[in-house]
Amino acid sequence: MLNIMSLKNKKASAAAAGESAKKSKTTPAALRLQKDISDLKDLPSTMKLSFPNPDDLFNFTLTITPDEGFYKGGVFVFTFKVNPNYPHDAPKVLCTQKIYHPNIDLEGNVCLNILREDWKPVLNINSVMVGLQYLFLEPNAEDPLNKVAAEVLRSNRKQFEQNVNRTLRGGAVDGITFDNVIKN
Amino acid sequence: MSHHDWPDRWKDLYTYLERPGPFENDGFEPGDAVKDFLHSCKILVIGAGGLGCELLKDLALSGFRDIHVIDMDTIDVSNLNRQFLFRHKDVGKPKAIVAAEFVMNRVPGVTVTPYFGKIQDKDEEYYKQFSIIICGLDSVEARRWANATIVGMFDEGDPETLKPIIDGGTEGFKGQSRVILPRISACYECSLDMQTKPTTFPMCTIANTPRLPEHCIEWASSVAWPKAFPDKKIDGDDPDHIKWLLNTALDRGREFNITGITYTLTQGVVKNIIPAIASTNAIVAASCANEAFKIATNCTTYMCNYMMYVGDDSVYTYTFELQRKDECPVCGSAQIKLRIDPEKTLSELLDMLLDTQEVQLKAPSLRTAAKSLFMQAPPMLLEMTRPNLDRKIRDLVAPGEEITITDANIPISLQLTLEFI
Repeated sequence: MLNIMSLKNKKASAAAAGESAKKSKTTPAALRLQKDISDLKDLPSTMKLSFPNPDDLFNFTLTITPDEGFYKGGVFVFTFKVNPNYPHDAPKVLCTQKIYHPNIDLEGNVCLNILREDWKPVLNINSVMVGLQYLFLEPNAEDPLNKVAAEVLRSNRKQFEQNVNRTLRGGAVDGITFDNVIKN
Repeated sequence: MSHHDWPDRWKDLYTYLERPGPFENDGFEPGDAVKDFLHSCKILVIGAGGLGCELLKDLALSGFRDIHVIDMDTIDVSNLNRQFLFRHKDVGKPKAIVAAEFVMNRVPGVTVTPYFGKIQDKDEEYYKQFSIIICGLDSVEARRWANATIVGMFDEGDPETLKPIIDGGTEGFKGQSRVILPRISACYECSLDMQTKPTTFPMCTIANTPRLPEHCIEWASSVAWPKAFPDKKIDGDDPDHIKWLLNTALDRGREFNITGITYTLTQGVVKNIIPAIASTNAIVAASCANEAFKIATNCTTYMCNYMMYVGDDSVYTYTFELQRKDECPVCGSAQIKLRIDPEKTLSELLDMLLDTQEVQLKAPSLRTAAKSLFMQAPPMLLEMTRPNLDRKIRDLVAPGEEITITDANIPISLQLTLEFI
């Protein structure tokens, strides 16, 4: 009959794990997320994480303040929603402000490959944060969400830079007014 | 032998159970005891759908007599082509209950105990009563939950808490079955990277350059819907929702000259429906039931530990051993127990942990399932949880409540249980 001892003998070394297991209500997603988040010790000064509720690691915001590039001087706030199937599913990320950016649309949707088609469970929260920061350093005109902005970036970088500068201060481009995201 | 058994009912099975053989597993003892165990052990089938129907039938016909089944779904007309325990009159009824009744009517002497509800409704006490647990599930999330619960239940000091998990899965012409021995062989979470992910399209393609009917449907569901109904989630089973998405996708298709958008495709994309092939379910379920019989009786070696099946070009299977992952968050986590005076503070507990010799902690972060006790990073969480350091353990943790410890210096997490003195 079912012989547990023979199962155990197969790999006695497996017992090295330790003592007894007790009730675990912590979900696998929460275990992984705690690891991801508690490892974020040495964040660069351009990134800050905030937790509206410190007990809830599944919902938080990331603030990016680029220190170079077109978007220097802006303060950009993203919400992260991690679902219970993390890291099988990628976190859902939205930009909370209306900004002028080739890869972010006016609703705050972000076009970043690792948030969708190239997401893999080996990636983590840190990878997404780095990816988002990169979008501000190197906006990508090839895969646009905001086609108009991408077209300007491709054809006239000077004009693009001016548009970014204006919109960061709450100005309008092509009749669309953007949020003021300048650091106070 | 129960009164339901007629002469030679189990003749073929008993051929394997009454005599020794060259391939028997360690500790196999032919005779009545093993037969009685097969007929009396409790086995749980999670899921009463495509795989579940096959599994219940296979187990009942393999001598298992105390079968339990959980499923949260009700029968849909589209299930009837392959979920053969259900008839047209059963549409709308709970799968677990109808399947249990069908098998009991058909196979004398078998008791199938159904539970119509979620696997998460049940606690450890429930799962503990079974000798073997078989999963015939259709979602990664449910599998991860079942795996984490059953692996987490295993107490090294109590062999009775080791519950072999047999997991089956199918996707069209492809399938897999595997045997998981908690903390002995690779668990489901160890191989999570291996899972195929649902098809996703780049956001920019959906927003600007759709080429496929799926792109239009994805646009309708992920761009147009949240704009039109910001507070309403899409229900893939609600015909009104699907119709709205279909019409929106059709408009989008006209704009970009894309044809082929249908109601069925819309529902398929929204619900991420994968084609279900009856024969794939039959083959994978048969493999799972086969392993259940071998594990329950020990009469021959069981699968080590993963079998992939590919049925689209002839029939191909390959069995290999998935390795455990050292840093697996579920089975790689080490467990430690500490005895502590609950009047002590969290800061004193932290000192005790730093002194622990078994694990070299340097900067531990501690959480219970519901609460951040102390997080070393990021800075904001450190600030928010720092006041807890001066609080008494008694006020933060219940006796026996599990605490998860992570540390940037170690790749795995630790499960800590406190015993109050």
